[in-house]
Amino acid sequence: MRAIRVWSVRHARGLMKLYDTFEGVIMAVEPLARTIGYERLEAPVAAVERGVKSVLFDCRMCGQCALSSTGMSCPMNCPKNLRNGPCGGVREDGTCEVEPDMPCVWVEAWRGGQTMGNGKLLDVQAPVDHRMEGSSSWLRLMRRKKDGTYPEPAASARDDMGTPAA
Amino acid sequence: MTGDGRAGVEQPTGPLNEGPAFPEMIDPGPIDPGSPLEPRPGHTSRGRLERVLRAGEFAVTAELSPPDSADPMDVFERAAIFDGWVDAINATDGSGANCHMSSVGVCALLTRVGYAPVLQISARDRNRIAIQGDVLGAAAMGVANVLCLTGDGVRCGDQPEAKPVFDLDCMGSLQIIRAMRDKSEFASGRKLDKAPELFLGAAANPFAPPRDFRPLRLAKKIAAGAQFAQTQYCYDIALLERYMARVRDMGLHERCFILVGVGPLASARSARWIRSNVPGVHIPDGAIRRLEGAEKPRTEGKRLCIELIQQLREIAGVSGIHLMAYRQEESVAEIIERSGVLKGRAPHAVRPVIPDHMRQRYRAQA
Repeated sequence: MRAIRVWSVRHARGLMKLYDTFEGVIMAVEPLARTIGYERLEAPVAAVERGVKSVLFDCRMCGQCALSSTGMSCPMNCPKNLRNGPCGGVREDGTCEVEPDMPCVWVEAWRGGQTMGNGKLLDVQAPVDHRMEGSSSWLRLMRRKKDGTYPEPAASARDDMGTPAA
Repeated sequence: MTGDGRAGVEQPTGPLNEGPAFPEMIDPGPIDPGSPLEPRPGHTSRGRLERVLRAGEFAVTAELSPPDSADPMDVFERAAIFDGWVDAINATDGSGANCHMSSVGVCALLTRVGYAPVLQISARDRNRIAIQGDVLGAAAMGVANVLCLTGDGVRCGDQPEAKPVFDLDCMGSLQIIRAMRDKSEFASGRKLDKAPELFLGAAANPFAPPRDFRPLRLAKKIAAGAQFAQTQYCYDIALLERYMARVRDMGLHERCFILVGVGPLASARSARWIRSNVPGVHIPDGAIRRLEGAEKPRTEGKRLCIELIQQLREIAGVSGIHLMAYRQEESVAEIIERSGVLKGRAPHAVRPVIPDHMRQRYRAQA
């Protein structure tokens, strides 16, 4: 698996182009998805997404894919789940502090990012919303692109009693 | 405090609610924890560290390793070594993933007697709910400085079977704490009644690969809210110079105060051990050879540290040093004095008044 993951990073630029095409396809089928219903599509699409992305990236299905900002190296494979760059513990040979036989996810990301033109590596990624784990980020992207909303499982601003804040 | 007749007094040991446990104890004050300084325009905290840095002084901070103890005296004794020599004291948060007294606990004790501590928050052990609660509690206790770190992996420490949390990374912590300060709200958007006044910091390691990425990572941390950065141990001036050149090109030194980490090495053997066992510490062979050839390695280690300080303070964009003299804390004052970094300036001294019976009570039982 790791060999394929490393291959994906080496070919980050090509994969990015492929993904851009794929995004076009996604948006083209959006009306169909709307007709069928996003909720009904969630399980099968998530299963397909898991299959494809776990082969290519060792995807952990965080539900908020950041691959295009991380040089096609999945940051959720970092033992510290770092989504904003390498920790200070990276070993001299570029391996992970926690798992010495694994190359640092962010050393790989830096490599992949350079082939992609690394501008997006500089974006600060927001903290992970753990409610989205296991859900399809493709469907979420589709809805966000279509109507600008970023659907979340539940409203976020609530007080201690669970009622939404004013 | 000796000779006031208290040492011989038998301490009350009765049940709770029978009045104060130590009726003779005089609270040394201050009443207001940490007694914040007057607010100043352009300052986000009311602490001394921000004031010293914004005044353009070369700042000195030191790391206090929290004790494996429930005795406050163990904290006060460790802090007393730095008193009058440093502008702020960092209380580490389970460094190396080893368990010690919490950073919040150490900071709360330090502010009670007037020290300026830096609260360290590692993302390893607490989720966002706990972190925000700790920030409010620490600010209420007079803590003015917070350093957000990712933290060493759980498996590096003495309890590798623990669950690593990493709900946030250091940038998530920075963003959330900055919003608490500037927008007076929790991550959920719920409003605070009183926002914490804080000087926010981040850790940086210019010496670990991928080195070209390191200045960019600092830029991201600044974008997330870092106002100061404390770096990993520096033993390689050439690498630091290269990093700082890039930092200056990007203008980061004008948006963030950079304090470079330094510390004395005890011997060639310990240097080798640190290099292979402490994550992220880069020690060049040259430094180790110097210690090997020395008659008194400890003295040579101090000399090396002093030389590094004198070299790095000349680098444009370096705003101060962060001394981490693990197990050699007693040499901090000497290193600061001999390196001349303070240029005659005397950092605020607390000289805490700690009642004699407090010094005695736990020791007597042991």
